[in-house]
Amino acid sequence: MNKIKHLSVTRKIDYATYAGVILAFAAVTILQRLDMVSRSMEGMLIPICCYVVMAVSLNLTVGILGELSLGHAGFMSVGAFSGVIAAMSLRDMLPSEPLRLAVSMVVGALFAVVASFVVGIPVLRLRGDYLAIVTLAFGEIIKEIMNCLIVGFDSKGLHIALNISGTVTIDSLGLDETGYAIIKGAQGATGTDKIATFTAGFILVMITLVVVLNLVRSRAGRAILAIRDNRIAAESVGINITKYKMMAFVTSAALAGAAGTLYGLNYSNMAAAKFDFNTSILVLVFVVLGGLGRIWGSVIAAVVLYVLPEALREFADYRMLVYAIVLILVMLATNTPAVRSMVGKMIPRRSKGGA
Amino acid sequence: MAKRFSPETKMVPFPSNAIVPERDMDSRPILEARNLGIDFGGLTAVEDFNVVVGRTEICGLIGPNGAGKTTVFNLLTKVYQPTRGTILLDGRDTYGMNTSQVSSAGIARTFQNIRLFDNLTVEDNVKLGLHNEIKYGMLGGILRMPGYWKQEKIAHQRALELLSIFDMQDMADQKAGSLPYGAQRRLEIVRALGTNPSLLLLDEPAAGMNPSETAELMENIIKIRDMFQIAIMLIEHDMNLVMGICEGIAVLNFGRIIAKGTPAEVQSNPAVIEAYLGKKKEG
Amino acid sequence: MEFLSYLISGISLGSIYAIIALGYTMVYGIAKMLNFAHGDVIMVGGYISFCVVTYLGLPGWLSVVVAMLVCTALGILIEGLAYKPLRQAPSLAVLITAIGVSYFLQNSALLIWGASPKVYTPIVSGQIEMFGGSLKISWVTVVTVVICFIIAVGLTSFISKSRMGKAMRACSEDKGAAQLMGINVNRTISTTFAIGSALAAVAGVLLCSFSPSLMPTTGSMPGIKAFTAAVFGGIGSIPGAFLGGILLGIIESLAKAYISTQLSNAILFAVLIIVLLVRPAGLLGKYVPEKV
Repeated sequence: MNKIKHLSVTRKIDYATYAGVILAFAAVTILQRLDMVSRSMEGMLIPICCYVVMAVSLNLTVGILGELSLGHAGFMSVGAFSGVIAAMSLRDMLPSEPLRLAVSMVVGALFAVVASFVVGIPVLRLRGDYLAIVTLAFGEIIKEIMNCLIVGFDSKGLHIALNISGTVTIDSLGLDETGYAIIKGAQGATGTDKIATFTAGFILVMITLVVVLNLVRSRAGRAILAIRDNRIAAESVGINITKYKMMAFVTSAALAGAAGTLYGLNYSNMAAAKFDFNTSILVLVFVVLGGLGRIWGSVIAAVVLYVLPEALREFADYRMLVYAIVLILVMLATNTPAVRSMVGKMIPRRSKGGA
Repeated sequence: MAKRFSPETKMVPFPSNAIVPERDMDSRPILEARNLGIDFGGLTAVEDFNVVVGRTEICGLIGPNGAGKTTVFNLLTKVYQPTRGTILLDGRDTYGMNTSQVSSAGIARTFQNIRLFDNLTVEDNVKLGLHNEIKYGMLGGILRMPGYWKQEKIAHQRALELLSIFDMQDMADQKAGSLPYGAQRRLEIVRALGTNPSLLLLDEPAAGMNPSETAELMENIIKIRDMFQIAIMLIEHDMNLVMGICEGIAVLNFGRIIAKGTPAEVQSNPAVIEAYLGKKKEG
Repeated sequence: MEFLSYLISGISLGSIYAIIALGYTMVYGIAKMLNFAHGDVIMVGGYISFCVVTYLGLPGWLSVVVAMLVCTALGILIEGLAYKPLRQAPSLAVLITAIGVSYFLQNSALLIWGASPKVYTPIVSGQIEMFGGSLKISWVTVVTVVICFIIAVGLTSFISKSRMGKAMRACSEDKGAAQLMGINVNRTISTTFAIGSALAAVAGVLLCSFSPSLMPTTGSMPGIKAFTAAVFGGIGSIPGAFLGGILLGIIESLAKAYISTQLSNAILFAVLIIVLLVRPAGLLGKYVPEKV
């Protein structure tokens, strides 16, 4: 009896998460039809989807695998630029925009997977804060490499150069008259077709949720959770630590890559500097405030905290200051025993339903 | 449950070893450690460790605190890589294997300071023991393919079956970390059995138990051996338990085996008495 | 000769990283937290020194003293208000709080001093010419290296000899046991933050003298790099932080000169990764295996 009740709690939370996202999408779509969504809000819809995917995928690494990653924006960056290159190169071959967007997102995810393998092989051997600092280092390395990237496309195909000396520009590629620039070094992607849509964002969020939630509730997810709880015990029951760490890390990166593509195809201009350490931290804040391992928490935290600075717009210059203070106070409030017991008395205790 | 039983090689009795029970004499030993040793930064923790364990033997590893008993378990399971010596598991050299490969090869263990997956349920802990028995991949899990449903169902039943050895099937949904101490120790044994071992290492299974719990544990250890037809090696300070169920005992002091034999032999060995009680003053 | 001047410039930059890294490594050693706000204390130190010189017209050396005093107070304040209540909290909660503090300092600076860069006048000017003028070393470089050396030696003897230094080492090993031995753990941690922040102020002044442009984000990248330096040398180790800082400065300077300005940070971080792969606890760190 107890068994059925418990299982249904985790299941219920999963289904409620899906339902919540679907309802939110439906509500926003209806409001859009009725012309009741403000312009600034409309502009935030696709970025919100991207950051929800970023937060949920980072939660897989930080909350579920239990390894602190400070370079998640690096995978978003790889996904964004490879996706933009794919979308711009396939302009003539795939005139259908939704199809081109889908293909680009797959390309973005694949490149992020490759990057995460390169990063993961050395990084996942380290532990704790050492791992954190190395992911940070990789994030910065990816940013600087993307900053040097110069890509153009013409009738002969794709031209790629790395501006290592600081003197290479788009003209050095020698594009013919049909050619156009896709990425111009530090300036980043320019003149990108804005083919990202809110519907695509919604679909990506749903795919992310299905992948992460189903993964966690399967054999592989159990192994990943076991590594977080007790690495030595996990090894002692025959779990291949490296394999499952890598699995979580790569899955997380693939989703971040797809989110990056969606993000990149939402703006006509995008610089590599956008995906720096601060973006990684921003997403980490979503994950921690939403609750480690709690997927629905990441979804809500990403939406609320992305909209919050916009809502604080009337405070103008003070908004980031207010954001900082709110952040500190929330951390103090949720982690101080005195405050916790106070809140505990006000709200009747409820058993936690897991992720 | 398929046992890894290969009777083609007869047991070669190791010199100085006479503790393997007679019924196991006709088959290859499950474990043979030869001249096993490890140094920690110049300090020798274990040296010249030689034992042979029969296929269905219950044997004990005893000795004063700090003698290196847990280190031996860590060597056998490759938590530490041995500096010297060979470990043969069912005649197969485990050289170069890591902990998880040793587990797949057939050694399971429990820990002195309990190591459960505290935030997971009791059932999930056992299912993690069954990890390598459950056969479906990552994609099968994400896409919820038929294999997922079938295998998870089998794993669920198998987990409950294993829990029923200790009558713990009703606790399946509790968080492992919230179990009482004794139940946590028992759960560790169940989880270890899930890996389908041929040798089970128990590190102080009776620690913190009262005499009646210990008596029950003794029955259960024998029951497990009979049910699964496996060898069990245990570290224990409770001499009633050790002398009561072990067929062979090795006594470790300062990293070396100082005595080996049946419980009666070990108990009357002067070196053992000295190690435990100190040297008797002359006169 | 060209190489020598890049090397010297690298040692000078490295000395600044080393000073920051020393503070970082002390705080990490005792509080076991990634204090991302540390870099922003450097920035505050720079601004305070700038204000003292520009608005009060006081001499440069006095501005350093004022900056140190303000930053020390700031360090104690941050520790007491933001980190102390979180002593028992999970490390990620402390990390996020540190990030909050970092945002707070950056945005406060933005409100007070604005976003446009301030031009900082180096506290010492002039240069020494050697080899008939073919090698020029600025006095700032000399002062930086000397100060860094003094700090490293001073800190080492403070940590190993003084009562407070011993208390710090005890706390970093085991806070519970230290408390049982009668050490006031809270005061020890506060002192560590105070010293770390004072060092950050010195580093801030030297950093601004080295590259005289001051912005609210000035401290964050050097902060991260200095932390890298601390990890590079073996976090928690004073000689390690010193060595790591100097090496990092040299690598950065030479990479900029001979490989690529665009990729200098990438090269620097790549070296860090390689070092950690070979020595998982850094150059001078001690690898402690997990007890089973």
